[in-house]
Amino acid sequence: MIYAVASGKGGTGKTTVSSSLAALWDAPAALVDLDVEEPNLHLFLNPDLSSVEKAWIEVPEADEDKCTRCRACADLCQFKAITVMADTLLVFPEMCHGCGGCLAVCPEGALFPGRRELGEICKGTAGRHRFVMGRLRVGEAMSPPLMRQIRELFPALAKDGDILIDAPPGVSCPAINAVADADCIVLVTEPTPFGFHDFKLAWEAFTPLGKPMGAVINRADLGDSQVTDFCRDNNIPVWAEIPYSRDIAQAYSRGEIIATMLKGLEPVFTTLRDRMRAAARKEATHA
Amino acid sequence: MREIVVISGKGGAGKTSMTGAFAHLADNAILCDLDVDAPDLHLLLSPQIKTEESFLSGNEAVIDPDRCIGCGQCAELCRYNAVREDADGYRIDPLACEGCKVCVALCPEQAIDFPQKHCGQWYVSDTRFGTMVHAQLFPGEENSGRLVTLLKQKARAIAEEQGLDLVLCDGAPGIGCPVISSMAGTNLAVIVTEPTPSGLHDLKRVAELCDRFRTKVAVLVNKWDINPDLTEEIESWSTGRGYTLAGRIPHDRAVVDAMLERKAVTETGSDLTPLLERSWAGILALLDS
Ligand code: SF4
Ligand code: SF4
Repeated sequence: MIYAVASGKGGTGKTTVSSSLAALWDAPAALVDLDVEEPNLHLFLNPDLSSVEKAWIEVPEADEDKCTRCRACADLCQFKAITVMADTLLVFPEMCHGCGGCLAVCPEGALFPGRRELGEICKGTAGRHRFVMGRLRVGEAMSPPLMRQIRELFPALAKDGDILIDAPPGVSCPAINAVADADCIVLVTEPTPFGFHDFKLAWEAFTPLGKPMGAVINRADLGDSQVTDFCRDNNIPVWAEIPYSRDIAQAYSRGEIIATMLKGLEPVFTTLRDRMRAAARKEATHA
Repeated sequence: MREIVVISGKGGAGKTSMTGAFAHLADNAILCDLDVDAPDLHLLLSPQIKTEESFLSGNEAVIDPDRCIGCGQCAELCRYNAVREDADGYRIDPLACEGCKVCVALCPEQAIDFPQKHCGQWYVSDTRFGTMVHAQLFPGEENSGRLVTLLKQKARAIAEEQGLDLVLCDGAPGIGCPVISSMAGTNLAVIVTEPTPSGLHDLKRVAELCDRFRTKVAVLVNKWDINPDLTEEIESWSTGRGYTLAGRIPHDRAVVDAMLERKAVTETGSDLTPLLERSWAGILALLDS
């Protein structure tokens, strides 16, 4: 099964939940940090990274001698990554989405595949689990191709057990792509106006995917009841509530996993784990 | 005209609450929410929308089943695996489509249309702190920097019109495309961070981006008393890099309480007000230095 921990908004406690689930997941799993812009899970799990490999995207390079400046490539490219200016062919690799279209349409065979560095993919182990994370190079604007390369590892990882995904925050294309593979989505939120607003957006964005979804309300006693009311009215199960406490905030700030460090929290997360499993299983038998 | 962008790398550090307070404290500023994916500033400012416009960006491929002969060329060419084959033939998964047009251009039957995409709405509004420019991207859209760039241009134009000399932006989170666009042409980045391992990690990553843009940086540590040692570490790392410290704000319920009242934290008579006033004065002094 594949489980994704998501949140409409950053800072609601997604990594707190992911790291705690990882600590209490009682079967070997693969922990995948797909928040490639700001991967944080490793800061809490301290994995042993056995391999760190650079990730690339294919971008065109030009053979000036063969190019007739016909502009076929420039006319096709939707991202202004290749253009003919005066009598020169210019390639802007950082704007290229790697679609390969220019290579396919060039009548002269004047373009050949080069590459641009997207970031890196790190693999290793964290206790009994496997660990994978992507890290976008600073200055690189496009996270989806890096995420795509990590998602391509899923079929192989899934053979050996569950996959737990720490998804990027927000509700735009990267966030949806990160949860699209999951059998079950956990939405982490907090009961504040900001938390509620972003929770609603995320719920609306993920609902069309038709996956079982449940909420985790972090800092549950801090704000108002809008989130719980909304969950009740829309039949969203609340799988866990994490109270607000200074101890939790402090444990987190020391890089500790709260489910195992603080007495009383372990049952909250084992219950969450069991509810996620039940939801995913029910979905699987339905299908 | 001067422009300040409040960013954080990491979400949830309190970027929007701080921006709300600065919006209250600023004179002659136009406000701009660049977090178009999950904008929150409007929750504090209760904007009255004056103009609303559609944001159109890019195109998406759509196969016309009547013209499609099922040759599968498009599926072979698509590098995003956006072309799916099912019982009814070929279709394009809009979530996976990047709008590169390769399938459209190379389909032997020209059976693929390429309509423009309506990706969200953007607004110009009145608030009690002045004019605000903001937007909402539709869920699942590519969080492109284009909308961010458009909002900034709009905010600058309105500032010009109204004779305001400051654009105050709630920046985009992360370090990818939207934040890169929100940094472009800005005079000062205020990085709001918190003393946690993720806070420090993300501060370092977003700082690298600021240095690349040669943007002046002020660092504001929120919830500093959660971990005083790490606060010290963040501050000495920041000054070591030549950044100015914009102050420390303690962890305080007042921030959430203000949010529940839909107010800036400086409007509620909380103890944080003098601290935030001092931070804002420091930020303005740095901006003009
Ligand atoms: S590969 Fe695609 S995005 Fe890149 S330059 Fe060629 S046409 Fe443009
Ligand atoms: S399509 Fe080929 S020949 Fe034509 S301008 Fe582009 S690179 Fe040159």
